[in-house]
Amino acid sequence: MPVELLEGERETILSEVENTLQDKEKTRENLIPILQQVQKKLGYLPGLAMEKIGEALGIPAVDVFGLATFYDQFRLNPPGEHEIKVCMGTACYMTGGRIALDSFKRKLEINEGETTSDRKYSLERVACVGCCTMAPVVVVDERIEGHVTATRVDGLMLELQGEAGKEDHAEEEREEEQEGEEREEIQEEGEQEQ
Amino acid sequence: MSTVSVSESYAELKSAAEEKYNALQDTPVIMVGTASCGKAAGADKVKEAFEEEIRAKGLDARVVEVGCMGHCYAEPLAVVSKPGFPGLCYANLDEGFVKRLVDDFLINDDPCYEYAMVALEPNEVFPTFSDFPRGVYEHKIVLEHCGFIDPGDIDQYIVEGGYEALSRALEMTPEEVMEEINESGLRGRGGAGFPAAEKWEVAREAPGDVKYIIANGDEGDPGAFMDRGILESNPHLVLEGLIISAYAIGAQEAYFYIRAEYPQAVERTREAIRQAKEKGLVGPSILGSDYDLDVKIFQGSGAFICGESSALVKSMEGHMGMPEQRPPRLSISGYRGKPTVVNNVKTLGYVPHILRKGAEWFRGIGNPDSPGTVVFALVGKVNNTGLVEVPMGTTLRQLIYDVGEGIPGDKQFKAVQIGGPSGGCLPESALDIPIDFDSLREAGAMMGSGGLVVLDEDDCMVSVAHFFLDFTQKESCGKCTFCRLGTKHMLDILERITRGEEEDLKVLDHLQELAEDVRAGSLCNLGRTAPNPILTTLRYFRDEYEAHITERCCPARMCPDLITFYIEPPKCSKLCSVCVGSCPTEAIYTREDGLKAIDQEKCVKCNNCYLTCPPEYLAVVKLSPPELLEEKEGKSS
Repeated sequence: MPVELLEGERETILSEVENTLQDKEKTRENLIPILQQVQKKLGYLPGLAMEKIGEALGIPAVDVFGLATFYDQFRLNPPGEHEIKVCMGTACYMTGGRIALDSFKRKLEINEGETTSDRKYSLERVACVGCCTMAPVVVVDERIEGHVTATRVDGLMLELQGEAGKEDHAEEEREEEQEGEEREEIQEEGEQEQ
Repeated sequence: MSTVSVSESYAELKSAAEEKYNALQDTPVIMVGTASCGKAAGADKVKEAFEEEIRAKGLDARVVEVGCMGHCYAEPLAVVSKPGFPGLCYANLDEGFVKRLVDDFLINDDPCYEYAMVALEPNEVFPTFSDFPRGVYEHKIVLEHCGFIDPGDIDQYIVEGGYEALSRALEMTPEEVMEEINESGLRGRGGAGFPAAEKWEVAREAPGDVKYIIANGDEGDPGAFMDRGILESNPHLVLEGLIISAYAIGAQEAYFYIRAEYPQAVERTREAIRQAKEKGLVGPSILGSDYDLDVKIFQGSGAFICGESSALVKSMEGHMGMPEQRPPRLSISGYRGKPTVVNNVKTLGYVPHILRKGAEWFRGIGNPDSPGTVVFALVGKVNNTGLVEVPMGTTLRQLIYDVGEGIPGDKQFKAVQIGGPSGGCLPESALDIPIDFDSLREAGAMMGSGGLVVLDEDDCMVSVAHFFLDFTQKESCGKCTFCRLGTKHMLDILERITRGEEEDLKVLDHLQELAEDVRAGSLCNLGRTAPNPILTTLRYFRDEYEAHITERCCPARMCPDLITFYIEPPKCSKLCSVCVGSCPTEAIYTREDGLKAIDQEKCVKCNNCYLTCPPEYLAVVKLSPPELLEEKEGKSS
């Protein structure tokens, strides 16, 4: 399920693609490095970016899309605010990586490779993060969590939602403050007029 | 020709490096292992804590980031070298312990021997690596300096004898270099074991002036991290090997192909190339000789198939990584249609050592047909996980029980999965097979790139086969029909077996036949070896397949569709509610009589209650086949 573009995202995509293309020779050999750089900037490869890159390099968009889906590195969905990666290397699989993945799927109501519609969370499986001793491993944003069980998943989600809750709350407060200031200003203006 | 000879320019570099390190000799050094494995365990915090403490106490000591010394089970690790004491390695560090080390050791000369893991140099007070069983069997060549030198400082590598082999090579003719490697019998460490020198010779003799060499670091196995470990810990070793090989075949451009998923490996290699350029070891007229070489990095985008050399070249050209029909071999027509040699980073890591110590020395290690050592990522149900390097010919038993120190929790060994997703599972009876290219192939497995996963009694072999096939099926590039459709069909069959939906044993013959067809009908080694997990598990663990089919029973109690969780009333303590709290779906409830029970409708089989039930009760059991539940419930009510 493709996620809809946010307001102003179209312009960002177009300008980033243009920036990347500027200092690169437009050859087929540079296609992968260009895609890598665009993904680095945008966090993912939107359809629009692939079309534009194809156009600039004289490669049909379908070819670019084929390449992007062939390689694991490229993602077609925007990353969530919190990126959750479940390790599915051999050691993690054997010790219950699948259970952790299932738990996240159940909690977030999305499948692997998808992003929640509010773009808060994205869920991915990765091949091996190289800390097999701590299996099963989950990487939440940059933090590595070892020995993850179903209850730990619940705990992690509570923690993330707690943070999000705090942020929302802080924003509300900030808004209230601003409103308050505005009101004061109006009052001051009123006083001046008097 | 310049007036200064190659060996003179090298001697100059070396004395400058030595001078720099001699000046630092009186300062204590703390080396923190910050390869990916260390970082995962919290090495960054340990490093910061050391820096913070040293600053706070106003001490004169250096904190250096190093790579991985292979003991991943003990991360975060740090080595403290203080003049007057042997270098001491401390394991499982945290911030509190760091404070204590700084106070007691750096300030007060008490090395806290009771907490040290091992000493680096032989001494009279503390054991070294060679005093441990693991040290007896290990023989480090490629991993020699990994974790003990700063990967970000070329001078330290030079002090340890680095780039000496390059200076020797440049004073030899390319043919002489090739002859030396040929004599050593070095075989490619990417998996197939093709003689390295043979590949080089074809490329050297191929017509044309433009030639390429590529270091293959596209390691894609789930559960293997040798190439990453080496590039993160000692990138200069691979770079030196790459330059020497490039000189031998007459290439002017060399590439590192490294996964973009390994950002730290990419970064450290990039820095290594930059420093080598500065010292005149890469670029025009290397060490004053008339040989020029440019070295670049290409970041791979994460497709397992790109480890196959013709697919790797395709992806560098901006296409999907699909293997090509050979001949022509890559060494005749490869990257951009020019002669190209693709060598694994481990293979290249041996090259400087061979040139420095001679082919004779290398032949003396390991087996006559497979000389040298082999690097494994030892993972799974084994006590000492990590990177290990043992001579070829070591048996699997020595590797698992002596180097790996056995299976945790007194569990029964079941199988060892060797060679990554395209390798095979070997049973107990195969443990005395010596590890080398040919013996493993005979047993139905392969060396692969060096992943080694130990499995115990709790692991279901059908599920293991399913896991690996699921991986190769997804990574199949789709070029050959047998690989594309055959792997999918086999996967479907395995899926049905693990769900208990297959009832006829004939399906196993069908599976075997299909596996052999896929092996015969695929172009590259991915397809040819993808059936290996199935073929070996069918060969050694057929009874487990049969139990799944005829009894709907998973003997290892792992396949979720074939097990039911059940709380044994006689064992359950009415007063403890641990399981109730641990259940993520609230499937566990308290019955009227105070005992706990599971609502099977709600249970998602997450194994949590099984793990949390206190050891004095162990009331939660897994029943397989699930039908046993009715029997049990009938009895208890």
